[in-house]
Amino acid sequence: MKIWSSLLAVVALVLIAWLGTGVAGLYTVFGVGIPYLAFLIFALGFIYRILKWGRSPVPFCIPTTCGQEKSLPWIKHNKIENPSGTAGVVGRMILEILFFRSLFRNLKTEKRGDKLGFGSAKWLWLGGLAFHWSMLIILLRHLRFFLDPVPSLVRGLDGLDSFLQIGLPILYITDIIIVAALLYLLARRLFVPQVRYISLASDYFPLFLLLGIVTSGILMRYFLRVDVVSVKELALGLVTLRPTVPTDIGSIFFIHVFLVSSLFAYFPWSKLMHAGGIFLSPTRNMANNSRRVRHINPWNYPVDVHSYAEYEAEFKEKMKKAGVPVETE
Amino acid sequence: MAKLPKQDELLQISYKPPKTPWMDLPVDFKPGTYCHGAKGKDLQAVGFPNARDWSPGEEDWKLPEEWKDTVLAGMADRLGKYRSFRLFMDVCVRCGACADKCHFYMGSGDPKNMPVLRAELMRSVYRRYFTKSGQLFGRLAGARDLTVDVLKEWWYYFYQCTECRRCSVFCPYGIDQAEITIMGRELLNLLGLNTEWISGPVANCYMKGNHVGLEPHTMVSNIEYLVDDIETLTGIHITPSFNRKGAEILFVVPSGDYYADPGMYTCMGYLMLFEELGLDYTWSTYAGEGGNFGFFTSNEMAKRLNAKIYAEAKRLGVKWILGGECGHMWRVLNQYMDTWNGPADFLEEPVSPITGTKFTNATSTKMVHIAEFTADLIHHNKIKLDPSRNDNLRVTFHDSCNPARGMGILEEPRYIIKNVCNNFFEMPEDTIREKTLCCGSGAGLNPGENMEVRLRGGFPRANAVKYVQEKHGVNMLANICAVDRVALPTLMDYWVPGVGVCGVHELVGNALVMKGEKKRETDMRGEPLPERSAEA
Ligand code: HEM
Ligand code: SF4
Ligand code: SF4
Repeated sequence: MKIWSSLLAVVALVLIAWLGTGVAGLYTVFGVGIPYLAFLIFALGFIYRILKWGRSPVPFCIPTTCGQEKSLPWIKHNKIENPSGTAGVVGRMILEILFFRSLFRNLKTEKRGDKLGFGSAKWLWLGGLAFHWSMLIILLRHLRFFLDPVPSLVRGLDGLDSFLQIGLPILYITDIIIVAALLYLLARRLFVPQVRYISLASDYFPLFLLLGIVTSGILMRYFLRVDVVSVKELALGLVTLRPTVPTDIGSIFFIHVFLVSSLFAYFPWSKLMHAGGIFLSPTRNMANNSRRVRHINPWNYPVDVHSYAEYEAEFKEKMKKAGVPVETE
Repeated sequence: MAKLPKQDELLQISYKPPKTPWMDLPVDFKPGTYCHGAKGKDLQAVGFPNARDWSPGEEDWKLPEEWKDTVLAGMADRLGKYRSFRLFMDVCVRCGACADKCHFYMGSGDPKNMPVLRAELMRSVYRRYFTKSGQLFGRLAGARDLTVDVLKEWWYYFYQCTECRRCSVFCPYGIDQAEITIMGRELLNLLGLNTEWISGPVANCYMKGNHVGLEPHTMVSNIEYLVDDIETLTGIHITPSFNRKGAEILFVVPSGDYYADPGMYTCMGYLMLFEELGLDYTWSTYAGEGGNFGFFTSNEMAKRLNAKIYAEAKRLGVKWILGGECGHMWRVLNQYMDTWNGPADFLEEPVSPITGTKFTNATSTKMVHIAEFTADLIHHNKIKLDPSRNDNLRVTFHDSCNPARGMGILEEPRYIIKNVCNNFFEMPEDTIREKTLCCGSGAGLNPGENMEVRLRGGFPRANAVKYVQEKHGVNMLANICAVDRVALPTLMDYWVPGVGVCGVHELVGNALVMKGEKKRETDMRGEPLPERSAEA
């Protein structure tokens, strides 16, 4: 149910784009209107979500410490895993965001007879990293359509990504990696029993959607060739806010663009917001220095306390008998 | 306490999830797997709502009429107050990295003990009432209504999480189920859904100054009893002081240390060490508890209990505060105390009167961990130690969850142990330090009626102890936590017979060579000292 509904949703999106352009010819809608709208939803939605998280304060200093605290000078402090100041936190966050540090710790708990064992489990880390990095590179490579002249950085990236120099058009390595990585992530969701058990439709849908995007992109580049000049014309028109609508690009292009638009519009309302959330995670982005620097809770409020005076009033005689000094006679 | 389940029965664990989707799996309130409900009088003592006697095993939980509105309003309130809560409701990608990291899951195979599902218990309700997609797509979006059954499920599983944070170490976004459990328990407490084992100590601590409810004279006599034992052992008479104004240091320990075996031996270790140093310190009967069971109910209750420590330090006019060996106590002291009840500007920045070391990591809270204090003494050669007195022991060290993952005090206790013992062996790397496995009884889950859960939750830890027992002949599990000292002996007897449990300062007390002491015949527990070739 969860799986089929997600897959169907993506198939429906493909059909909509195909019918909309190939049959109904609504090029302006699918080439200009929807991309603009999707981008707007994405940008505003993203900001909205970040602001919403940001509006909830961080009342306590709760880093998860994963190494030795800074204490006595002769004890080696783990500056990254248990940061005591901003520099350490920045280091920790860089490792988390660029290299998925925490996921790298992953272990597999196994029951071996009447014992437990902990095996290494780095595949998720590798697959996750492969997917995210390929996607980042692919996104950056796409800038060649939107910028004129193409910045040398983007051209350099292009060159690196295609260094194998095979096929025509030349094969991008990230295209292969991202497909493999997405299939791995999907396979693990389908076939690792625990992961399947916890998965929701909203876990399958982004994977199918991304696969749809990647597949349509690959088809367009390697098999159902489209006119790149027209594509660039459209893309440049979009960024310069002077959109033109070429009609001579195949439907496959509009399918690709519609799926990407769907991803953009879907992004802020979904788990994909982990991309923004990770920056705000208080167990990772705080320094463990709460004994040295007082952390302020903006909503700290006075509470009822059982005061010493009340305590002494109740126990004075017993205290005196036991030789414990008291305040009042 | 119910009969202990058989080991081979408990070990019928399968990590294969059931066919039934988790939302359709009912909770089974099987005896041995949950704690008794709170007593009305305990809830009343601290002014908690819906104070009444109730029992989780019964159908009727005596909920107030408008319970659902209370919970949803409570959620809305907390989503606005805790970024962690809102964020952790939103950003999980269900990658499953945390799934098999929880000791309760490892020991039970119950899918709802996977941290990610424990969180989904709450998230599903969050989606239904606080997100558009949940409102529109319902179950397809992973949303469900808040019903009495859901509430019972929350109760069952949020009191089956020790807030140990192991899951958060492995989560790529640092999602900390402990934070969600804390919120869940806050919400349950709005309806009076507490446990006897938590609310009782909370009420005691509030009214009497410690969890077990010792009145001041009893606390004094308990410690004097330890003083007598020390005199028998060493020939040295110690006269500790209580509520003494003008002392340099206020000393606060978890009450288990002056009340329960084997924590008492740790306490004797403190007493002997301070005597040997001639430390100018005082105990307090009012702030006689470092531990904080309030932390297992609500942030507000925790603050109310914690407030006594600074209040007492101020009243007595001490310079700074020293804290004993305890796990969740130090999570609270390290991450919450100053925020709640500071600034402690009436105290001075802590300096060891013996070594002159400034504890620069505690300049704001003014509270130092005794392992930091003692490690510093040893490093400066200020105490004379004879580690061979612990030669009958082959020691391993259990990192308690909170000091490890909510503070990072990893090396100090190890340094001390290595100086007071000759035989120290680490458990496997994936089971210690930040990856340490919980005792399974933390966060208020250690009453006897909850034994099956405790044994299951403690199994992964015990399994690692067993490994070093078989490999190195380990017979003593040292730790710096009062709950460990209470809970682990049962666990060891069950899973790894032959391994004892001790605090680090018990080992210190044994090894400490005191000025003018008589020749020791036994260790603190009355066990004959090991044969030693060259007597000093
Ligand atoms: C700051 C940027 C980001 C970081 C640090 C990040 C990190 C991660 C990590 C650690 C995981 C878990 C491992 C895995 O399943 O791969 C994950 C999962 C995922 N991420 Fe990201 N991510 C980022 C941005 C994005 C973006 C922009 C997308 C866009 C589409 C995305 C899509 C996904 C998806 C679909 C999954 C789930 C894979 C699965 O189903 O198992 N991420 N991310
Ligand atoms: S590790 Fe984190 S993101 Fe992954 S399932 Fe667990 S809580 Fe969710
Ligand atoms: S905090 Fe500990 S007990 Fe709770 S879910 Fe995480 S690993 Fe399990």
